[in-house]
Amino acid sequence: MKKALNLLLAGVVSMGMAFAACAEDYITLASTTSTENSGLFASILPKFKDTTGIQVRVVAVGTGQAFEIARRGDADSLLVHDTAGEKRFVENGFATERADVMYNDFVLIGPADDPANIREAQSAAEAFAAIADAEAPFASRGDDSGTNRAELRLWKNAGVDDPDGDWYRELGSGMGPTLNTAAAMDAYVMSDRATWVAFGNRQNLTLLFEGDEVLFNQYGSLLMSEEKHPHLKHDLARKWHNWLLSEDGQQAIADFKVNGQQLFFPNAK
Amino acid sequence: MENNAFYVALTLLLNLDASLFQIVALSLQVSLLAVLIAALLGFPLGAAVAIWRFPGRGGMTVVLNALMGLPPVVAGLVVYLLLSRAGPLGEWGLLFTPGAMILAQVVLVLPILAALSRQKVEELLGEYREQFVSLGMSSSRMMPTLLWDARFALLTVLLAGFGRASAEVGAVMMVGGNIDGVTRVMTTSIVLETGKGNLPLALGLGIVLLTLVMLINAGAYLVGELTRRRVG
Repeated sequence: MKKALNLLLAGVVSMGMAFAACAEDYITLASTTSTENSGLFASILPKFKDTTGIQVRVVAVGTGQAFEIARRGDADSLLVHDTAGEKRFVENGFATERADVMYNDFVLIGPADDPANIREAQSAAEAFAAIADAEAPFASRGDDSGTNRAELRLWKNAGVDDPDGDWYRELGSGMGPTLNTAAAMDAYVMSDRATWVAFGNRQNLTLLFEGDEVLFNQYGSLLMSEEKHPHLKHDLARKWHNWLLSEDGQQAIADFKVNGQQLFFPNAK
Repeated sequence: MENNAFYVALTLLLNLDASLFQIVALSLQVSLLAVLIAALLGFPLGAAVAIWRFPGRGGMTVVLNALMGLPPVVAGLVVYLLLSRAGPLGEWGLLFTPGAMILAQVVLVLPILAALSRQKVEELLGEYREQFVSLGMSSSRMMPTLLWDARFALLTVLLAGFGRASAEVGAVMMVGGNIDGVTRVMTTSIVLETGKGNLPLALGLGIVLLTLVMLINAGAYLVGELTRRRVG
């Protein structure tokens, strides 16, 4: 039995190595569903590979989970959108460097008949307050993702300290599934613009509010600590990080369009 | 027309493009290997529990039966924690590779194969016991005979295991990471396309997956029938 077990382990390991060997140089990047689902990576990663020969393997999860994957040493690099969380991550010594890469913005989506009348709102705070006042159904990610963290900040900003009640529905799922659910129950929902523009199952949902500066959604790239995780591919990860911030990388981000609309705006310093 | 899932499935199958082919091939590779490994371990384990009387045998049977209901996402979480760099097997560097997906599916399928084969072998042992005793056969010699004579029933057990492996998504999503071109399989693609709101494409992929599983089951059924007839 023991022998069989050893044989099995040897088999699985060698299989893993065989699979891993097919791809020469690669890094594992933990990132968010918004960047993956919108098609940004499919557009820019081939350009990076052409220049450097490095393949980037993207694990697309919520920002909270991405931090956790990186904290355990399972990702060579991070590209997420929670600036406060990212800075904490650096302060706690898990990452050594953080840089602004690009931004997009959040938009408020809702049923076309707009029962809370947020179309008329002058600011995001007003729009959020109107939804809470009308107790109109609102679908929240509820998954500790970057979007979820931003949404909770925006409720506070609107003077709604703890959104609660039948109308406030925490779904605990990704952006796409949350939009699907919102479409099915005619609920308001906050989405990043990229996922919304690329989303194919809108039904009765439409964009109702946009443009307030507080809806600005900054993405940052982080380099992991060599001290904490010496086994990671720090050299390759630095090349990726530097390319994102370089003129080529920033141009590649700006060139990515869905239906002729630019979705991410490079802003590396 | 483009919004009809059957139409989408048909187009997908007809213009079998490279990326879909890769996803299908990886799905089959991962699930078939996982079922094969689980069978090599699970059938002897099930037969052993059926044949030998040892303390805790009843408990073992209950545990195996209960683990048939192991939620895939729990299996995935356990394998994730094992293979993570911070975990005991982190050195292997298997996380987010097909190897990790195979391991997770072995964990899921092994109890099914062991528990169901235990039951089949025990039934057969009831029929054969007197003969075995009169031949003075030792317990260890019984195992290959019983497994061989139960082979048609075990084929069905194997298919149940394959069904579980190819249909689950929670475990492979967690330990594979759904990386494009590396660890993306049929079920994780379906989750991804659903997330993008491409519901017809997602359902189309589901139909392709079902068709595949159906073909494999049909193949197994034919092989079983032909050999059964030959054995007479």
